[in-house]
Amino acid sequence: MSQQLDFESHINALEARIRELRLSASEGEIDVADEIEKLSIKVETQLKQVYQKLTPWQKVEVSRHESRPHAQDYIDHLIQEYQPLAGDRAFAEDAAIVGGMGYFFGKPCMVIGHEKGRDTRGRIKHNFGMPRPEGFRKARRLIDLAGKFHLPVISFVDTAGAYPGLDAEARGQAEAIARSIQACIRVPSPFVAVITGEGGSGGAIAIAAADRLLMLEHAVYSVISPEGCASILWRDSSHRETAAKSLQITAQSLNELGITDEVISEPTGGAHRDHPATFRRVSNALKRHLNDLGAIPAEQLIEQRWQRYLKLNTA
Amino acid sequence: MNWLENFVRPKLQALVSRDHSDSAENKWRSCPNCAQMLFLNDLPKNLYLCQQCGHHLRMPAPARLESIFDSGFTNLPEVAVVEDPLKFRDKKRYLDRLKDSRAKMKCQDAVQSAFGTIAGEKAVAAVFDFRFMGGSMGSAAGSALVQAANKALSEQCGLIVFTSSGGARMQEGIISLMQLPRSIIATEMLQQAGLPYIVVLCDPTTGGVSASFAMLGDIHIAEPGATIGFAGRRVIEQTVRETLPEGFQQAEDLIDKGVIDMIVPREDIAARLGLLLHLMGGKARLLTENDDSSDHDDAAHNHSEDDGSGVEKSAPVVS
Ligand SMILES: [Zn+2]
Repeated sequence: MSQQLDFESHINALEARIRELRLSASEGEIDVADEIEKLSIKVETQLKQVYQKLTPWQKVEVSRHESRPHAQDYIDHLIQEYQPLAGDRAFAEDAAIVGGMGYFFGKPCMVIGHEKGRDTRGRIKHNFGMPRPEGFRKARRLIDLAGKFHLPVISFVDTAGAYPGLDAEARGQAEAIARSIQACIRVPSPFVAVITGEGGSGGAIAIAAADRLLMLEHAVYSVISPEGCASILWRDSSHRETAAKSLQITAQSLNELGITDEVISEPTGGAHRDHPATFRRVSNALKRHLNDLGAIPAEQLIEQRWQRYLKLNTA
Repeated sequence: MNWLENFVRPKLQALVSRDHSDSAENKWRSCPNCAQMLFLNDLPKNLYLCQQCGHHLRMPAPARLESIFDSGFTNLPEVAVVEDPLKFRDKKRYLDRLKDSRAKMKCQDAVQSAFGTIAGEKAVAAVFDFRFMGGSMGSAAGSALVQAANKALSEQCGLIVFTSSGGARMQEGIISLMQLPRSIIATEMLQQAGLPYIVVLCDPTTGGVSASFAMLGDIHIAEPGATIGFAGRRVIEQTVRETLPEGFQQAEDLIDKGVIDMIVPREDIAARLGLLLHLMGGKARLLTENDDSSDHDDAAHNHSEDDGSGVEKSAPVVS
């Protein structure tokens, strides 16, 4: 049974009922098609209602939902002949960041992303998507490679943040993030970042300082987690809902602030309910933006990327 | 109707605050390291160093600029930015926090910059002041760094940044996160122009500031005892569920970890910066040599005699 969110428990109950009916129907005991049809319409309507007006905090919960598509899922479905690359060439391979080369709509590209892992073993292997310095150094390596071979870069951003551990600090977490951002702003090829779930602060921007920033409809992107912000500014982490609202971390708020270039709408009830539809929408958006950027000479591309940040919020 | 608020309260407040400013504890503060009582009026001339134990107290930006530049430097004007982009409020409105800090500090935001000469070498310096909302980096600080880099470009000289910051300014949300790439672009402009960029890491340098421009210097100098790192101590302790070792994230430990080049006591900083800038002044030197090579010899000679710091240039790194 997948993770349940409080605000949709009534819908989960309906969905469970549909599953039960389907099971009994397949045993051929009673004809329940009408009942299933009626319930399905009800689910669809209620999902639409609930997901249209999710609060910022509810979006945080959706963005962290364990069944949302992850970077590896997007890579598996969008990239052909994917060649995963590994290691920072200095210390270790960090599976919190995955990446490699492959074809996107027949064109060679570099793809990187945070991977949170799917089951317990996977989560431990990928350290819940929280990179150590090695992960950021691998990202930098891959972005540099992309620049060398004129490969467009696609990044899938989904992390609670950089791993806050003793070992990570000892090996220069801050420098590793800084160098990864530096690689982003330097790379002489088109670069599109997609926030697919949780865009957690420095660990997120390390692979997101791109030419175009896309966000899934229920993704969030923030300088600090709402819990962290609440415990610092309100001195009480239970104010996380207020913090989530104040920080303006939803795709809709960030679009208004001019941070994102496009909000990619999710299937009814969120990306976790319909992976194939999500892949199609993300794929279409990526294709469109990469086509636009492909027409721009490298020098102009970098200049535009720099101006994007230099001009931000200047009076 | 609001007489109580409008009249009685301000009067009371005035009374209270006058009392406060005259009180003895406002003229003294104790050293955080050895608890020695330090007379506030003496701090500037002592470079905010404890006279008993040598502890480096956090230094206000104006005093810092004064202490590193030769006489006759000019402050760069503070850059205007869109204020409070999120209309943020926690327990207090961000605009009110800004107003309070500005009134208290008599400046607009956390970074102050100036142009002049440091031990005879032309340079721009940008200085974070921890007293202004924990030295946090929002759009104003980011803009100050971009402005300082542009000034260094137009003057064809080096840039020094003194950091003292808890990180990104939460009250500006995503806009403050965007200052990471923004400040890195500022350093990239110097990189492309072949101009020196030195970071002096002061206490504390953490979060979004350490994870951006502060870790990309040509040279990293740290002040003794400075805390430098990405994640805060408490966050790490909560993650690893153990207490952190002595000296963790401190300059003296980080030099062994390879994060910084040298630790330089505050009284030697100006002379050391002058020397480093001279060593890295290849581009300017090239121009001078093409003009007239004998000029260069004189300049170099003058440099070592004129700095007046009494610091031996060939002395090994103090650490
Ligand atoms: Zn002391």
